[in-house]
Amino acid sequence: MSAKSLVEEMKRGLDAPICLTWELTYACNLQCVHCLSSSGQRDERELSTDEAKKILDDLRDLQVFYINIGGGEPMVRRDFFELLEYSVSNGIGVKFSTNGAFIDEEKAQRLASMDYIDIQISLDGVDAATNDAVRGEGSHAMAIRAMDNLKAANFGQFKISVVVTRHNVSQLDQFKALADFYGAQLRITRLRPAGRGADTWHELHPTNAQQREIYDWLLKHGENVLTGDSFFHLNAFGEALPGLNMCGAGRVVCLIDPIGDVYACPFVIHDEFKAGNVRDEGGFAKVWKKSDLFLSLREPQSAGACASCGAFDACQGGCMAAKFFTGLPLDGPDPECVAGDADEALSVVTRSSAPKPGMDHSKPITLTRKKLPVGA
Amino acid sequence: MTVALASVLEIHPQVAVRPEAFGALAYHYGNRRLIFLKHPDVVTVVQALHDHPDVQSTLSACGVTQDRWPSFIAALTSLETSEVVREREITG
Repeated sequence: MSAKSLVEEMKRGLDAPICLTWELTYACNLQCVHCLSSSGQRDERELSTDEAKKILDDLRDLQVFYINIGGGEPMVRRDFFELLEYSVSNGIGVKFSTNGAFIDEEKAQRLASMDYIDIQISLDGVDAATNDAVRGEGSHAMAIRAMDNLKAANFGQFKISVVVTRHNVSQLDQFKALADFYGAQLRITRLRPAGRGADTWHELHPTNAQQREIYDWLLKHGENVLTGDSFFHLNAFGEALPGLNMCGAGRVVCLIDPIGDVYACPFVIHDEFKAGNVRDEGGFAKVWKKSDLFLSLREPQSAGACASCGAFDACQGGCMAAKFFTGLPLDGPDPECVAGDADEALSVVTRSSAPKPGMDHSKPITLTRKKLPVGA
Repeated sequence: MTVALASVLEIHPQVAVRPEAFGALAYHYGNRRLIFLKHPDVVTVVQALHDHPDVQSTLSACGVTQDRWPSFIAALTSLETSEVVREREITG
């Protein structure tokens, strides 16, 4: 079977997700300006330990091989290690994303003693100034300390996870060197206009010239750098980047949020992309297999305005979430279309007319931006 | 290593195989790689390896006709490289 027909199979959806993200909590010690889930404060409807274990039972029955845990900051949950151990003992590997605040020497050793655990430390600048402007004061030191502790505990190959912005594109080589220094693997992903990112994307997303830089860099280093296959819109530049060239939302990817709502992907926390809730009868399995939203996302999608573009096979029209939250039609070009085909449409969309992220758990006063919250 | 008809193989103990419409997904818990088995017959063969003395007898038992053996040898070679299958360890 050729690679292309495999992609066609994947578009029709899998029996179980291969990239399931589970945000364990909306609580977070940080307040990153691009947070996909607008995290900050815990939601009182958060799933209990027993409910979380029931989800893991369901995922085991579906033969989900591994899950990506995030938040918020997942390590603030008191049952964090309990859930980690429960997951792994059920044959579900865990990769979790953290800002590193809670990885002290003891936790690092505990993590190093566990099998099938991957850790992603979020870092958006090799230096404190670049990183802290986005992730908050002190967050660079926090991440470095966590990495030092993991290294000292011989955790092995953890991941350094970078959201690429226009302020850190020039640091890609330095990020790679930093990862090499720690014996870590570098992961770079695309900035999405989701959550608080909807407000900051316009200032932070890479320029078109920088997109070319990212593409060239990935062509050179792509085999050794993880991307979550998030840069497939750049394939329109030419040769395809490594990875799955398609939008996986509701097909191979989904998100379970802290209160059990299931969304098509981690970048679309909005009612329009909510497929159901794990607390509903039938649980997660029914949502994945039967929800109207997911079934419709597995139908052939129209190329719309992109149909006449020669690059459509290469870029697939880009990211659904990026279009949605920038107010663009879903069957048209990605806001970062490398041919510039979205520029005109973007110029007439006002930010107030673009859809607003579905939920906001931001703390009332942001730590990183000294301005009053919207609506105050 | 090139897999031969006489090779004695098994699914790697750290690999889980999940059937899908196109064949199956295999996940290696050790190297965290996801591998696609792109034909249901390959899945059947891979899952039967352990029950037969060697590759040839597995192929025969799974009803794979001789003209298709070369493509199955190629598939198993590739799966051996990605550590989905490995040389069977003799126990007991």
